Amino acid sequence: MTDAYFQQYLFIGLLAAAAVVLGVAPLILAKFLAPKKPGASKQDPYECGVQSTGDSWVQYRAQYYVYALLFVIFDVEVVFMYPWALVWKGLGPVAFLEMILFIAIVAVGLVYAWKKGVLEWE
Amino acid sequence: MVDEGLKSELQTEGIYLTTWDQLVNWGRRNSIWPLQFGLACCAIEMIATAASRYDIARFGSEIFRASPRQADLMIVAGTVTKKMAPQVVRLYNQMAEPKYVISMGACATSGGPFHTGYNVLKGIDRYIPVDVYIPGCPPTPQALLEGLMQLQQRIKGQSFGQAMDKKQGEYPIPEFGTAGLEPRYTPGVFQPPTAS
Repeated sequence: MTDAYFQQYLFIGLLAAAAVVLGVAPLILAKFLAPKKPGASKQDPYECGVQSTGDSWVQYRAQYYVYALLFVIFDVEVVFMYPWALVWKGLGPVAFLEMILFIAIVAVGLVYAWKKGVLEWE
Repeated sequence: MVDEGLKSELQTEGIYLTTWDQLVNWGRRNSIWPLQFGLACCAIEMIATAASRYDIARFGSEIFRASPRQADLMIVAGTVTKKMAPQVVRLYNQMAEPKYVISMGACATSGGPFHTGYNVLKGIDRYIPVDVYIPGCPPTPQALLEGLMQLQQRIKGQSFGQAMDKKQGEYPIPEFGTAGLEPRYTPGVFQPPTAS
């Protein structure tokens, strides 16, 4: 009984080992076999042929963060509303009120953010 | 070297003889990965070649790579404007060696109908070495396949060891200045025709 049980995992283990070997072996082979012909513009970062300018550590304004957060909240809200909207007639008035409550809670958050002046870009 | 007569005699018995060069070049020429980029209307024909009707996959070149690091064939498909030429040369430099170039169509080969224009490069071979030129405006997919087959013949003729050892190096990337491209051509690759 237990033998058959662990045998199932044996195959997963074999598969995992084969996956690792198939992934790593080409890298090791390339290390030894690949001809290496480096050059100045070959070592450059690839940016569709255009020379890269500036630093890759670019600072974004912190304001984007709040905007993104607000967007994600309402994005997720809509994701919740779609399945609800499909079946809300069959769910009865309780489900309707629950959704209204949910929207109201999120709307209070939006009003709060609005009051704090987050929506004004400066 | 085994002579051809003996080879074909052995083949009738089901024994196939080959050399390391032939074997590796067979693999090399049937797995040419082109760089995925198009410059003008020739690119549409290139896309048609990659699609099912003409099916470039029959020649092993269906994997158009989006990065020059993984590509070994550059199909210069279309008009190379002077603004675009530095990018094309830089992409060529960034490709892994051994690498090959197909100049597809009249524009990439000589400037084509824009030969006397002010903003078009009169042939990509002024900056990078071209292996196969394909005539046409634009060349049909069949013509591109013929060009690919010509390139395969070229690879077949090379020795594998030489192809791997040869360091092509990098070609100078032209700058787009106020009076067009600077320099106007790479001396090692191209010589302007002398007036006679």
